[in-house]
Amino acid sequence: MSQLALVIDLNVCVGCHACVTSCKQWNTSGWAGPMVDENPYDADPSGTFFNRVQTYEVGRFPDTETVHFPKSCLHCEEPPCVPVCPTGASYKRPDNGVVLVDYDKCIGCKYCAWACPYGVREVDAQQKVMKKCTLCIERITDMSLPEAERKPACVLACPTSARLYGDVHDPESEVSLAIREQGGYQLMPEWGTKPANHYLPRWKTRRQISREEIVRADNPLRKEDLTTYTGEETLDDVTW
Amino acid sequence: MHPAFSVIFLTTLIGAGQGLFLALYTGQLYALANLLPVQDPGFYAFGSLLALLLLAAGLFASFFHLGRPERAWRAASKWRTSWLSREVIILPLVMALVFGFGLAHWLGWTEPLIVIRDTLPLDPTLIIGLVGTLATFALFVSTAMIYASVRFLEEWHSPWTVSNFVFLGIASGFMLAAAYSAYRGNQLVAFFGTWAVIATLLGMGSRLSALARNRRLKRKSTPQTAIGVRHQAIRQLTQGFTAGSFNTREFFHGESPATLALIRWLYLVLVFPIPVALIGIAYVIESPTLPMAAFLIQYLGLLGERWSFFAEADHSQNLYYQRIA
Repeated sequence: MSQLALVIDLNVCVGCHACVTSCKQWNTSGWAGPMVDENPYDADPSGTFFNRVQTYEVGRFPDTETVHFPKSCLHCEEPPCVPVCPTGASYKRPDNGVVLVDYDKCIGCKYCAWACPYGVREVDAQQKVMKKCTLCIERITDMSLPEAERKPACVLACPTSARLYGDVHDPESEVSLAIREQGGYQLMPEWGTKPANHYLPRWKTRRQISREEIVRADNPLRKEDLTTYTGEETLDDVTW
Repeated sequence: MHPAFSVIFLTTLIGAGQGLFLALYTGQLYALANLLPVQDPGFYAFGSLLALLLLAAGLFASFFHLGRPERAWRAASKWRTSWLSREVIILPLVMALVFGFGLAHWLGWTEPLIVIRDTLPLDPTLIIGLVGTLATFALFVSTAMIYASVRFLEEWHSPWTVSNFVFLGIASGFMLAAAYSAYRGNQLVAFFGTWAVIATLLGMGSRLSALARNRRLKRKSTPQTAIGVRHQAIRQLTQGFTAGSFNTREFFHGESPATLALIRWLYLVLVFPIPVALIGIAYVIESPTLPMAAFLIQYLGLLGERWSFFAEADHSQNLYYQRIA
């Protein structure tokens, strides 16, 4: 059984919000109807988004680092939001592991949002039903699209390729390789929700220079000096 | 969490309704054992009607919590996994049984169907009352488990949540039974009042234990586990949007710590010492109005208690919504 998921590379994300806007654009024009936007150009704007990019500061000044952190539904393998749903509107697709809401069954009781530790479910203030990331389900399952386009909108929009998409149960998939080889991790592992989405940590390239690389080991007198020239022919005279 | 008045009224009203029904049935059992004088059918019938009205009012309030109340019937389908679904099934069941209990008394169905060992005459009211009692406790547990089963609200995820709902519901119901008896002018005021005081004191112990537990709560999730970075100093610069969203409205109460402390002290005084004192004084001076005041003050306090119950719960998702920028 496959488990589709995103792998988000925090080392590459620049916090441009292209995934946020492309997600909103794609899903607001989709089969489920527009995603609400209240006062979009006014004071106190509010709306439903499936995806948010947050920014954190790690460390204390001046040793700080800015981490841009995209957050959407993690499509948990043990989704705590699904069993609490009283109507069965919240479910996990058995074939590809995507956690979805049946908007026609949802009564808007918000209980699933309480039961999600990550805060990735948002009630649509006009449709009055719970909404969440669908991993662009209608797009990734649309066999009429060429395979390169059979990906969530956010993945296609990311200008730095910080978002990888694939089957985390397939050990040879791009996402599985990334998780295995680049230290992919899950959010809040303490709850045992087994999020399918993973994050790749930030890393730094550090040059390790040993003393032997600075001071020549084959200089027996340990004497480093500049030659003083007094008019004799040098290499500069014979090469140009 | 944001305290929603729909749920505050739902839980307090049905709690009082369930407690009142339990009080009526307890009174009937004591009368059966000749420990109390037998009451006229009207006492049980109107008492049941009062309990039914409270339950119906709670059910009515609950609809305001739903975005799509017209689909509420669907909520009965996932009773295998969801405590909310179980509550949705048991609440109408309790209402039907309370109605049946009152009706059986009103119509005088008190002829014993069978007599067990020549001492226990089983009549329809006793049987309906027994089933109703079981259903009432199942409803208490279902309602409380809706909250207690959410792991990510660690203030709620404890057995104290269940004991609070049970004891406080029973306390307010017996208070109401005492007030109802005082209104009808019968001799059961002291009996219901005594049990109301016992339930109130049990509720106080349970609620104070919950407060003490939550004061020492060590949270499982931290900013470190939330974003998966190992550093002691992690601070959110922006939650990703400049104004509010569902996540900031539903999971934050937006009140100052001083307001929270005020409400906490208010309900600790209104729910526990004042009603107990009023019942005590009413017993001494045989006042018919003080039990009613005791119930009303305790119910007012319970609204504050439930408000506080919601406001003091801090969801793990709040780690992601710390700063607007």
